[in-house]
Amino acid sequence: MNLDKRLLHLLRGERAALAITVSLGLAAGILLVLQAYFLSQTVSRVFLDGASLHAVRGLLVGLLIVGIARAGMLWGSETAAATSAAHIKTALRERLFAHLIALGPAHTRREHTGELAHTVVGGIDELDAYFSQYIPQLALAALIPLTMLILIAPIDLLSGIVLLVTAPLIPFFMILIGSMADTLTRRQFTQLSRLGAHFLDVLQGLTTLKLFGRSREQSQTIARISDQFRDATMNVLRVAFVSALALEMLSTLSTAIIAVEIGLRLLYGHMQFEDAFFVLILAPEFYLPLRLLGTRFHAGMSGAAAAARLFDILAIPAPETASTRVMQPMTDGDIRFENVFYVYSDGNHASERPALNGVSFTITPGQKVALVGLSGSGKSTVIQLMQRFIEPSAGHITVSGQPLHDIPADAWRDRIAWVPQRPYLFNASVADNIRLGRPDALLDAVIHAAQQAHADAFIRDLPAGYDTRIGERGARLSGGQAQRLALARAFLRNAPLLIMDEATANLDPHTEQLIQASIRALMHNRTALIVAHRLNTVQDADHIVVLDRGRVTAAGTHAVLAASGGPYTRLITAHSRRVDSAHD
Amino acid sequence: MTESPPTPRPLIRLLALAAPFRWWMVLSALLGFATIGSSIGLMSTAAWIIASAALHPPLSDLNIAIVGVRFFGISRGVFRYLERVVSHQTTFRLLARLRVWFYDALEPLAPARLMQYRSGDLLSRAAADIDTLENVTLRVIAPPVIAVLVGLVMMLVMGVHDVWLAVSLVFFLLLAGVGVPLLTHALSRQVGPAIIRTRGDLNAAVVDGVQGMADLVAYGAQDRHLAQVRTLSRTLSRQQAHMARITALNTALFSLLISLATLATLLIAIPLVHDGRLDGVLLAVLALATITSFEAVQPLPLAAQHLSANLEAAQRLFEIVDAPPPVCDPAAPVPLQPTTPAPLLRVDRLRFRYAPDESPALDGITFALPPGDTLAIVGASGAGKSTLVNVLLRFWDYAEGLITVNGHDLRSLAQENARALFAVVSQHTHLFNGTVRENLLIARPNAANTDLVRAAQAAHLHDVITALPQGYDTWIGEQGLALSGGERQRLAVARAILKHAPILVLDEATANLDTITERALLDTIHTALADRSKLMITHRLVGLDAAQHILVLHNGRIIEQGRHTDLLHANGHYRRLWEIQNRTIDNTPSNDSPIRE
Repeated sequence: MNLDKRLLHLLRGERAALAITVSLGLAAGILLVLQAYFLSQTVSRVFLDGASLHAVRGLLVGLLIVGIARAGMLWGSETAAATSAAHIKTALRERLFAHLIALGPAHTRREHTGELAHTVVGGIDELDAYFSQYIPQLALAALIPLTMLILIAPIDLLSGIVLLVTAPLIPFFMILIGSMADTLTRRQFTQLSRLGAHFLDVLQGLTTLKLFGRSREQSQTIARISDQFRDATMNVLRVAFVSALALEMLSTLSTAIIAVEIGLRLLYGHMQFEDAFFVLILAPEFYLPLRLLGTRFHAGMSGAAAAARLFDILAIPAPETASTRVMQPMTDGDIRFENVFYVYSDGNHASERPALNGVSFTITPGQKVALVGLSGSGKSTVIQLMQRFIEPSAGHITVSGQPLHDIPADAWRDRIAWVPQRPYLFNASVADNIRLGRPDALLDAVIHAAQQAHADAFIRDLPAGYDTRIGERGARLSGGQAQRLALARAFLRNAPLLIMDEATANLDPHTEQLIQASIRALMHNRTALIVAHRLNTVQDADHIVVLDRGRVTAAGTHAVLAASGGPYTRLITAHSRRVDSAHD
Repeated sequence: MTESPPTPRPLIRLLALAAPFRWWMVLSALLGFATIGSSIGLMSTAAWIIASAALHPPLSDLNIAIVGVRFFGISRGVFRYLERVVSHQTTFRLLARLRVWFYDALEPLAPARLMQYRSGDLLSRAAADIDTLENVTLRVIAPPVIAVLVGLVMMLVMGVHDVWLAVSLVFFLLLAGVGVPLLTHALSRQVGPAIIRTRGDLNAAVVDGVQGMADLVAYGAQDRHLAQVRTLSRTLSRQQAHMARITALNTALFSLLISLATLATLLIAIPLVHDGRLDGVLLAVLALATITSFEAVQPLPLAAQHLSANLEAAQRLFEIVDAPPPVCDPAAPVPLQPTTPAPLLRVDRLRFRYAPDESPALDGITFALPPGDTLAIVGASGAGKSTLVNVLLRFWDYAEGLITVNGHDLRSLAQENARALFAVVSQHTHLFNGTVRENLLIARPNAANTDLVRAAQAAHLHDVITALPQGYDTWIGEQGLALSGGERQRLAVARAILKHAPILVLDEATANLDTITERALLDTIHTALADRSKLMITHRLVGLDAAQHILVLHNGRIIEQGRHTDLLHANGHYRRLWEIQNRTIDNTPSNDSPIRE
C-alpha cells in the first residue's frame, strides 16, 4: 500500500471533522465572492451613480456582516483541521508505542533507540501539516476555484474562459517542476548531507583535532565547506525558485490579462463596470487556493516522507506470545530446555548461524545454575528465552512438564526477578524506580529492599533522598549504584526465580564487596539462573552450563568440571594464563 | 579569574555578527519591498484601468496603464525570484560566518569547558542552533523592514488624497501586523509553555519506554508505562487543540481586519467622492490598494515567532562561547620541540580542582617518567586518572604543585607545543566522516603514502584496510562504513605512530576490547612504539608487568606505588583490584548484555 493510501486510511475516524473543515473553508470562499459583490456594487454606485454614503449604507453593512462571518468560518475551518490532526496524531502515537511494546525488548534492542523515540514523538508531529493543511487544501483547491468559476462565468464568460484555461496550468507546472527539483535534490542528496554533517563532525572531533595540533586550521576548512554547501544548495534552490517564478507569473499575468481584457470591453461598452470590477477583485483570489496547495503540498509531503518510517515499524508483525491453550496452573517443578534452537532473523539472511544450536539443560527448584561462555556463545539468548522476550525457533522449554509457551507471558514473568548487567533507570524518583515490579509497595518496603541491596546509605545522601528524580541535576548515579538499585528492585519483587546477568568488573573493591554480599542474600532460598563472570559465582553454583557457539559443551559442578579438563577448564585457564603471564 | 564583561543583548550581538552582510540584507529587503509594491501596483493600476474605461475615454488614455499592468504582472515574479536568490545567498554566507565564529570561539574552550555539558547533546544542539540563526535575515529582519517600507509608501499614497485615509490604513496595518500577534501571544502564554513541558515529558516517557523496555517487560510494568504514555499523549493532543483555537485567530482576525480596513477606506472616501473632493476613478483604486497592502504585514506574526526562537538559539550559543578559556598561552612561551629521546617528565605535589568549591580531583600527585620508561596509573573510575591526562595535555591549568618537561614548567609552553609532546590513544577515538586516508592524515598532514602504510602495518590495520571496498579511500565515520571497536583502536594506534611525539599516553585504550584483542593491541604498541615513553592509564590490570612503575590512584591520591609484583605482595588496594579482576572468568566486554547496546 503506498504512503498516501496508508495516511488517508488514518483519516477514517475524522471524516466529520474533515467535512467541517472543507465546508467551512468553502463557505468562506463563497462569502469572499459575496464580499467582492458588495464591494463592486458600492464602488459602482458611488463612482458612476453619484450615490451618497447614506445611499450605500445597506451595502456597507452587508460588507461588514460578510467580513465578520467569513472570519468566523476561517476560524472554524482551521480549528477543526488542527483538532482532527491532533486526534489522528494521538491515535497513531498510541498505536505505534503499543506496537513497539508488542514487538518487545528483543526487537528494540536491535534498533537505534534515540531514532525510534524520535519517530514516536517528533516523527508523528511532522505529520501535522499533512492532515491539518495539505488534505483540506486538496479539497479546497478544487472546490473554491470551481465555485468562483460557476459564479463568474454567467457574469462574464470570456474571463471565465481565461480562468478555466489557466487554472489547470498551476498544478500541472507545480507537479512538473516539483518532480524536476526532486530529482535534482535526490541526485545531490549524498553530497549535501555529507557537506551538511561536516560541521557537527568537526565539533565532535574537536578534542581529537586538538590532540594532533590540527584544530586551529579547521576554521578555514569550515568556511570552505560552507561555501561548497552554499554553491551546491543554491544550484538546487535556483530550480525551485524558477518554478516559483513560473507559478507566480502565471497568476499575476493572468490577472493582468483579465484586467486589460475587461478594461477594453468596458471601454467599448460591452460590459458593465460593476461586473468588471467584481471579476477583477476575484481574479487573484481565484488562483490563491491553487498556489496555497503548492506550498502546503511541500510541507505535507516532507512531513509524510519523514513519517514513512513509522509505517515500516507498524508493518513488522508482533510475535505471537499469547497462549493458544487455556492457562494452566503452574507448579514449582523443573525448568527444562529440550533441544532448543534459536535463530535471529533480520529478514535478509536465511543462512544466518543460529544463536542456539540444540541446547538442553535442567534447572531444578532451589538450584543455582551458572551459565558461562565467551561473548557470542548464546548466554543472553538463553536469558531472553527464559523471560519470554523471544520464543524458541525449535525445541521446547517446559516447566513442571508443561510447555512454557502455554503459560501466559505476564503470569510467567510475575515469578521472575531480573537483575540485568546494565539496569535501566527511569526518569522517575529513586523510590519509584525500585517499585518497578511492585508499584503498590509502601515506602517502608522500598527502604527495606534498598537496605538489603546496600543502597540505602547512598540514596539518603542524594539531594531529595528516595524522592530524588533520576537524571536530574547532580543526581547521576554511578554504575555500582545503578547495580544496587537493580538489586533492590529484585529484593522488592520477591519472586521465586532470580535471573541475573552479572556485571563485569569495573568497581572499586569496596562496592564490589557490597554487591557480592547482596547477591548472595538475594539468591538465598531462590532458584537462580546466572550469567556468571565471577569465579566465586561459579564456585558457589550448584550446576554450571558451559556454552560455546550456541551449544552446551559441558555441564556439572565446578569441582567435576575443573577436574575433567574439558571446555570449562580451558575457559578458566585462558584466564589463568593471563594471570601467569602477568606474573612473569 | 576576572568576571566576564557584561554581555550586550543577544539580538544586538547577533546583528553585529550579521553586520558584514548588511548591504546584502538591504538589497534583499528592497527586492522584497519591490515584490509587494508590484502586487499593489498591479491591482491599483488594473482598478484604475477599468474605472477609467467605464468613463469611455479614448484608448490612448489607457495605454500607459496597460503597459503598467503588464509590467507589474511580470515584475512581481521577477522581483520575488531575485529576492529569493539574494536572501538565500545572504543566508548561506551568514551560516558560514556563524559556523566559523562559533568554531573559533569554541576551539580554545575544548574540551575543558565542554565537560560540564553532556557534549554529544551540546554539540548537536549548537549545530542546530546555528542552523536556526542562519534564517535571521530571511525570516526575522527582512519582514518588518519590508512592512515598514510598504507602510510608509502607502501612508504617502493615501495621505496625498486625505490624511484620514492614511491614518486608517496604518492603524489597521499595525493591528494586523503587531496587534494580532501580541493578542495570540498573550492568549497562549499558558498553553504554549504547557505544550513544551508535556512534549518534554512525553519524549522522556517514550525514551524510557524504548530504552528501558526489557526492564519494563521483565517487571510486568509495560502496561502501566503504556498508560502513562497514553495519558501524556492525550494531554498533548488536548493542549495542541487549545493552541490551534488560538493560532486560528491569526488567520481569522487577519481576514477580518482586511475587511474592516476596506470598509474604513470606503467610509472615508465615499463622502469625498460624493462632495467632488476625490476623483471617483480613485475609489476602486484605493479599495484594492488597501486590500493588497496587507500582504506586507502577513509574515509578521511568523517573524515574531522566529525572533524568539532565534533569540533563544543565540542566547544558548553565547552562553557557551562566553565561558572564559580554561588555559591561556604564556606571553613568551618556551620554544620546546618534541625530541628523541623523550624528555624527562616530572610531576611534583600536583593538586587540582575543577572548581574552587569542589574537593580536589588530584591531591599531591608526585612521579617522574624518565625517557623510554613505562608508567602505569591504575584505579577504579572516578579515581582521577582522566583528570591527570587532561592536566598533562594542558586542557586544564593546575594551580598547586609543578609539572616539568626537561626542567621547563609545563605552563611556560604554548598549548600546541605541550600537546606535541604527547600521542594519545584514548577509549573514545573520533573517526571523522572521510576516508581512512584522511583520518590517518589528521596525525601528520604531510605524511607520504608509504608512511601511512607503514604505520597501518605496525598497528596491524593494513590488512583490514586493504580488505575494505576502496582500501585507503573507503569512506568511514558516522556517515560511512563502521569500523569495529578493535579496528577503531588500531586506527588510533596508527595515528599515534604517525604522530612523532615522544610520550605515548594510553588512556583506557583497550577498555572496549575483548581479552584477546586487548592483548594483541598492547603487544603491537609495545613493539611498534618501543622507543617512546609510555603512560598507561587503565582500570584493567592487564599487561602491567611491562611497566617500570605503577601508581594506584584512589579519590585523587596515590595510595600505593611500585612494580606489579611488589604491589601484589603488598596485599593492599592493588591486590584487591587484581583479585576482583581475576575472579572474573571470561572477562568479556559488556556488550553481551541482553538489554541494549
